[in-house]
Amino acid sequence: MTTRKPLARLKGGNNEGVVVLVLLVVVVLMTVANPEFLSFSNLFSIVRSSLVPTVLALGVLMVIISGGIDVSFTAIAIFAAYSTVTWVGPGGAGAVVLLVLACVVGAALGLVNGLVISTLRLPTLIVTLGTSTMFKGVLIAYIGAQYIADLPEAMARLGNANVLSIPSGGEVANLHVFVIPVAALCVLVWWVLSHTMWGRSLYAYGGDPEAARRAGFPVVRAQIILYTAVGVLAAVGGLMHVTLSRNANPQDLVGSELDIIAAVVLGGASIFGGRGSVLGTVLGVFLIQIIQNSLILVGIPSVWQRAAVGAILLLGVGVQALSAKRTSRKVFAYADEEVVAA
Amino acid sequence: MSSEPSAATAPVLEARHIVKTYGGVTALDDVTFEARAGHVHCLAGENGCGKSTLIKIISGVERPDSGSIVIDGEEYGHLTPAEAIRAGVQVIYQDFSLFPNLSVAENIVLTAQVADRKRLFSAGSTRPRAQAIVDELGLDIDLDARVESLSVANRQLTAICRALISDAKVIFMDEPTTALTRTEVSSLFALVERLRERNVALVFVTHKLEEALQVSQDLTILRSGSLVVTGPASDFDRRSVTKHMTGRDVIESRHLNDYDATAAPRLSVEGLTLSGAFRDVSFEVRPGEILGVTGLLGSGRSEIVESLFGIYPAGSGTVRVDGRQVRLHSITDAIDAGFGYVPSDRLTEGLCLDKSIADNTISASLDRHRRWGIFTDRGKVASTIDRFFTALRIKAPDVSAPVRSLSGGNAQRVVLAKWLANDPRVLMLNGPTVGVDVGSKEEILDILRAQATRGMSIVVVSDDVPELVSVCHRVLVVRRGRVTHEIAGDDVTAPAIESGLAA
Ligand SMILES: Nc1ncnc2c1ncn2[C@@H]1O[C@H](COP(=O)(O)OP(=O)(O)OP(=O)(O)O)[C@@H](O)[C@H]1O
Ligand SMILES: [Mg+2]
Repeated sequence: MTTRKPLARLKGGNNEGVVVLVLLVVVVLMTVANPEFLSFSNLFSIVRSSLVPTVLALGVLMVIISGGIDVSFTAIAIFAAYSTVTWVGPGGAGAVVLLVLACVVGAALGLVNGLVISTLRLPTLIVTLGTSTMFKGVLIAYIGAQYIADLPEAMARLGNANVLSIPSGGEVANLHVFVIPVAALCVLVWWVLSHTMWGRSLYAYGGDPEAARRAGFPVVRAQIILYTAVGVLAAVGGLMHVTLSRNANPQDLVGSELDIIAAVVLGGASIFGGRGSVLGTVLGVFLIQIIQNSLILVGIPSVWQRAAVGAILLLGVGVQALSAKRTSRKVFAYADEEVVAA
Repeated sequence: MSSEPSAATAPVLEARHIVKTYGGVTALDDVTFEARAGHVHCLAGENGCGKSTLIKIISGVERPDSGSIVIDGEEYGHLTPAEAIRAGVQVIYQDFSLFPNLSVAENIVLTAQVADRKRLFSAGSTRPRAQAIVDELGLDIDLDARVESLSVANRQLTAICRALISDAKVIFMDEPTTALTRTEVSSLFALVERLRERNVALVFVTHKLEEALQVSQDLTILRSGSLVVTGPASDFDRRSVTKHMTGRDVIESRHLNDYDATAAPRLSVEGLTLSGAFRDVSFEVRPGEILGVTGLLGSGRSEIVESLFGIYPAGSGTVRVDGRQVRLHSITDAIDAGFGYVPSDRLTEGLCLDKSIADNTISASLDRHRRWGIFTDRGKVASTIDRFFTALRIKAPDVSAPVRSLSGGNAQRVVLAKWLANDPRVLMLNGPTVGVDVGSKEEILDILRAQATRGMSIVVVSDDVPELVSVCHRVLVVRRGRVTHEIAGDDVTAPAIESGLAA
């Protein structure tokens, strides 16, 4: 019986350790290049820009673990948030009502994905590409194409709520209150993935769908629940996005799928399914946000930021492929002395 | 052998008049089968006769076209996998059906928790429960390792542990011993005895007939999806089983092709050494000669050919093909030098399961099917595929069927076709007939003899002694990484090889 080597444990089950290392290197480099980087105001703004991507990435993580890929979550996010804002109008309705309404819409759209994928057994990428275009079309055609600046009262208020305000270099650095629900969601998804049978069924299905079916997992039901849950997470993310940007624009979010997927893959989730963790995903999101933030700080034009995200995605996938090759190396039966002695 | 009269115990499981077709292929035609508590029931038959299909229907993985299943007096038209597991049916699948991305411990306990309709996964109790069953079997497996990093033998053991952990009433074992060493097989059989005492019904599928007759009390033989005969195992012997399976008498005697023993060697290996695996291995093979390499599992016998094929490049030594020294640093080098290799773990190393028979057949020899070195010559490709499909008698509706839909033994023929299509100068095979039925085994050996007669040099790595005796001109015995015996000509007999292995 072998005990895990300490180095292997540091590396983490999904290369989380490597991501931490890269993260540290980037932070050190950036601090040297521009000491402003480590200021509270910059750090808090990185956290703020990571909030929505983290929520969306949690959904993507679950899909990727199950061996699928979802590109419709941004469409669902903006659909749920924008339609909620339109229906409620600038007047009343508390935050809870808004949240419930958005979640119901998100769940309904996610359910469409789930039903098509699980019953027709079509490739998830194709299905979600299709539904994504469909959701976007329906949103623009039937709900509205206008930019809305007048948010419902509760949202407008939440947009400026902070948990922590620290004076830093003349201005005040604010940490947005949404860090609390986002952290709670992370813990919730971690718990579901590691401590519920449904969570384990996602890993099992991602590892070998046929084996999962033979083991008696209710795979159809699990997939329907999965895509519905992803719809709900997307709705929450969309609502947060609208709240944080203080306006509702139906063209927002759609197009940023790749950034989120890149973050999840970078965080160690395997695009072939069966592998991934919440910790890795959160680290991946931070890494991407920090790199984007750094590119801005050192004055690199924004067109290059897209290229950077693409390069990062390739890097993440490349590292996975390489380490897969390495682990397949074989251990021989004998120590050398034994062969000689025989 | 049989301990009590079969009639005394009522069957715990009955499959009645099962019919199953895939497209136009009838996999099962009105098959009735029963398993009794405390009995081992051997299910035998040629490759593709429907053994695995019958098991999949009883375990709810496939739906029968008609017929019914009765477990403990309760009748089902068809079952879902979860219902079957809850009813007490456990299966060790031919392809294991494990989760490669999960740990050994989780693989062992997860299915039992699914069957219990658990909502929460108790991560804490996973390891102790898995440890308990591993200890009971006296195994040494790293419970924290991911299944994908395990050897085939350890995967098989993991699948066995998984089937044993829940209190099953019926356990199906679909070729559970293909990758196991002799000691592991005997501890499995000891366990089978213990399960029998606990009144579990066992169903055993194997192509190793001695094994089958040794452990079972009942025997059922299928041929082309139909029931041929069923009865107490004591009524059968090796010959009658073979006859029922194939419908003819199979001659398994020593029968060698002719070759020119004075010709210059095709392959000569000198002082080949791979640190940790084998040391100072030297031998020659002439054109048309079939050389056997044997040894216990882990002796280094497989590593020698894997090293020649560039999978684990040797540290030192020289290899000559037709007198010319060759460099074997990678698989590409080996193929260029004229080597072909049929690996032992065909499901993961040799085939692309979701691709068609045609694609797999041609996958190693695309370079041989080009016009002007660029364009694929479609006509030539089609004729090669057809030739091997017919010559190897692969049982499938047509060449476009995915390999996954083939029976285990037929998949093995596709691997063989893949390497024969490349027409190598030296063909090396590792366990070429593992999981192949007696009749087809002779056919495959005949194909090897025919290829050798055409001038190919063949190296067969195997632990199947009768097979070595039947086909090899010469046999090398490997022990702890060294060639300890060389048996040639008329000295190649089963006792000689056995004593070489034991010495
Ligand atoms: N999913 C499938 N689609 C099409 N045909 C199939 C499928 N599964 C099995 N078959 C066919 O059904 C027949 C019976 O296959 P089965 O796997 O039961 O054979 P087997 O008796 O287990 O053989 P082996 O000893 O080689 O494992 C074969 O002809 C096979 O090609
Ligand atoms: Mg089979």
